Amino acid sequence: MPDLDAFRDAVRRWLAANAPPSMATPVRSNEDVCWGGRKTTYPPDVQRWLAVMAERGWTAPTWPREYGGGGLSSEEAKVLAQELARMHLRPPLVGFGLTMIGPLLLQVASEEQKREHLPRIVRGEIRWCQGYSEPGAGSDLASLQTRAVRDGGHYVLNGQKVWTSYGDKADWMFLLVRTDPEAKHAGISFLLMDMDVPGVVVRPIRLISGASPFCETFLTDVRVPVGNLVGEENAGWAIAKMLLRFERTMIADVFKERDDRSRLLATARRYLPTGTDGRLGDPLLRDRIAQVDLDQLCLDLTLARSRERLKAGQPPGPEASIFKLYGTELNQRRRELLVALAGPQALGWEGPGFDEEELVLTREWLRSRGNTIEGGTSEIQLNIIAKHVLGLPD
Amino acid sequence: MAYAPTEEQEILARTARELLGTQPVRRLRALRDTHDPDGFSRALWSEMARLGWLGIAVPEAYGGAGLGWRDLMVVLEELGRCLAPEPMLSMVAGTTALLLGGDEAQRRAHLPAVVAGERLLAVGYQEPGSRFDPTRVATRAERAADGWRLTGEKAHVLDGHVADWLVVSARADEGITLFLVPRAAPGLGVERLWRVDGRGAARLRLEGVRLDASAVLGEVGRGGELLGRVLDRATIALSAAMLGGMTAAFEMTLAYLKTRMQFGVLIGTFQALKHRAARMYVEIELARSVVTAAHAAIDDGADEAQVGRLGGAAKARCNDAFLLVANEGVQMHGGIGMTDEHDIGLYLKRARGDEMTFGDAAWQRDRLAQLDGY
Repeated sequence: MPDLDAFRDAVRRWLAANAPPSMATPVRSNEDVCWGGRKTTYPPDVQRWLAVMAERGWTAPTWPREYGGGGLSSEEAKVLAQELARMHLRPPLVGFGLTMIGPLLLQVASEEQKREHLPRIVRGEIRWCQGYSEPGAGSDLASLQTRAVRDGGHYVLNGQKVWTSYGDKADWMFLLVRTDPEAKHAGISFLLMDMDVPGVVVRPIRLISGASPFCETFLTDVRVPVGNLVGEENAGWAIAKMLLRFERTMIADVFKERDDRSRLLATARRYLPTGTDGRLGDPLLRDRIAQVDLDQLCLDLTLARSRERLKAGQPPGPEASIFKLYGTELNQRRRELLVALAGPQALGWEGPGFDEEELVLTREWLRSRGNTIEGGTSEIQLNIIAKHVLGLPD
Repeated sequence: MAYAPTEEQEILARTARELLGTQPVRRLRALRDTHDPDGFSRALWSEMARLGWLGIAVPEAYGGAGLGWRDLMVVLEELGRCLAPEPMLSMVAGTTALLLGGDEAQRRAHLPAVVAGERLLAVGYQEPGSRFDPTRVATRAERAADGWRLTGEKAHVLDGHVADWLVVSARADEGITLFLVPRAAPGLGVERLWRVDGRGAARLRLEGVRLDASAVLGEVGRGGELLGRVLDRATIALSAAMLGGMTAAFEMTLAYLKTRMQFGVLIGTFQALKHRAARMYVEIELARSVVTAAHAAIDDGADEAQVGRLGGAAKARCNDAFLLVANEGVQMHGGIGMTDEHDIGLYLKRARGDEMTFGDAAWQRDRLAQLDGY
């Protein structure tokens, strides 16, 4: 592929000339990554990196050029990703604009909406958050009650959203509202809302693991222009489900990290005695490590099997429904095992007596309990498998 | 790695299903209740030989089809689905021992006859008290003027009651050594064992069994290593049969959930059962991935450690998954599941028998830990 090779050369030269050297250092925390938006000021190099990449549309490489994207083919985008990885460059921009609402708008929004929102996502000007769950609508999302009542050229919103990730840092929210209280699924609409308008109050939620990106958002007589309705009024549920699929793929991706095996062993070696034969001195914990390792191997192989089907042009097999369920539960078993290995050193909350690694391990364990709740609980995943894969009766 | 079956494998599976569809699981009861000395159908075995199943992964030079383990897996899975008691696993273990350790004369002497269905093999490596550890060998191999004398006892020799030739491990001065022992060897006693899962097995008593020098399989003193490689492959073959067994038991249970009425509704509407069914499905899918990967690893020429690792992972997974599916199968069938009349109980028994063959889940996990240095 001479064209691709030429493209690769060009990418390589351009990155070498334009990427600030500090962007080739490892990402240590969320703070090192640029989420864009009006409410956060990023270090100068981070801003420059975002600016030069956005200029070429390479923050959203495959989006059409007319909406600010890079207009690259999937092969070219792959080359770009490979070159970024080869040079250890951080992504210039991350967030729900690029991974969730952007792809959705490309598929279902009006021309005017695409022109208004997509370029601003590409440039990192607007940070988005998701307004789905409500205090009374968790697993049963379609029972949501936040009302949107038509008043001239506006909808007037009243209600409460919860589990809004990064709601306190976001500029706009895509949300589900009830436009018809008589219908359930058929009474839901999909809206885009500027959060810097009167009536929007955001409050962070503190989790059992401590601080968290989650917030609750209160809406009191918030006026949203009718032009911010995506799709038809009362036809938002199909759009909502389309977006949920983007979200579940994203969650499954999180559990593809493979450094965890060496971390388990390193933790075991640090806290457990070594037997005379050089093996870990505790056979029960040894067995649990082997089990987690085995589970991860089987999950990875199942993911590979699923990817092979996709590559062969077949639709995702029923095994795709396994990943959210099994990946999250496995992550919990791994975190529990890490705590078990560290023993009483896993009891730290803050302050002296516990090192950073130990404090992180404890909070990761607590945080992992949420994995089987967010993005569709395990029970919901089991329902999906029972109904859609096994064909069990309602 | 390719997970999807090839066109040839699909044809193989279809043929297998057609033939084995005429061999219902209930024939196990008749074989048991009549105390059938063979414990399987010689007629079916001949038919399997005619279809080329016994030599799928054996090179053409020895009468086989020269195909791969992915092809073999297809047939093993179908045999597992109907709990076939035919000595397929021992055939795979025996031919693998000959292919990996045998010299040209030994291969030519045995493989064509085995592939043609005219000769049965078995592998005897366990002893009283050795549990699953193939390196705990007390049986002695002593040099004699005309060859060797073997003395000791071999336990749980699967298909040993019908084997014409047995691969037996014994400890020589140089270390563990494998021998090819004919059923008729003087000093060899074979006692039939009646197992809970209907599979035939035997206990071997070796009382100064006389063998000539050509009976050694592989190198003297290097039999432990060879046996390990053979058992890794046999373990992978067994995991394919277990996958078939658990899949069939699950389908049977799922069908019951969709037909059995209680409280005026189908019991499959109960969430308490739905979620457990969904979990079984997940376990079976994970098992399928690792079992397939293990077979592909042999075909792809992966190194021994990787074959051993995937084999152990496949077996550990299948042990737990098959037992889960079988236990839940009995539970969800309720009272009828406890009766001898219903087939689900036969799957439970097989799940237990398979678990105890080539190492249970805890033993396999310990081996994985050892392979990875902890």
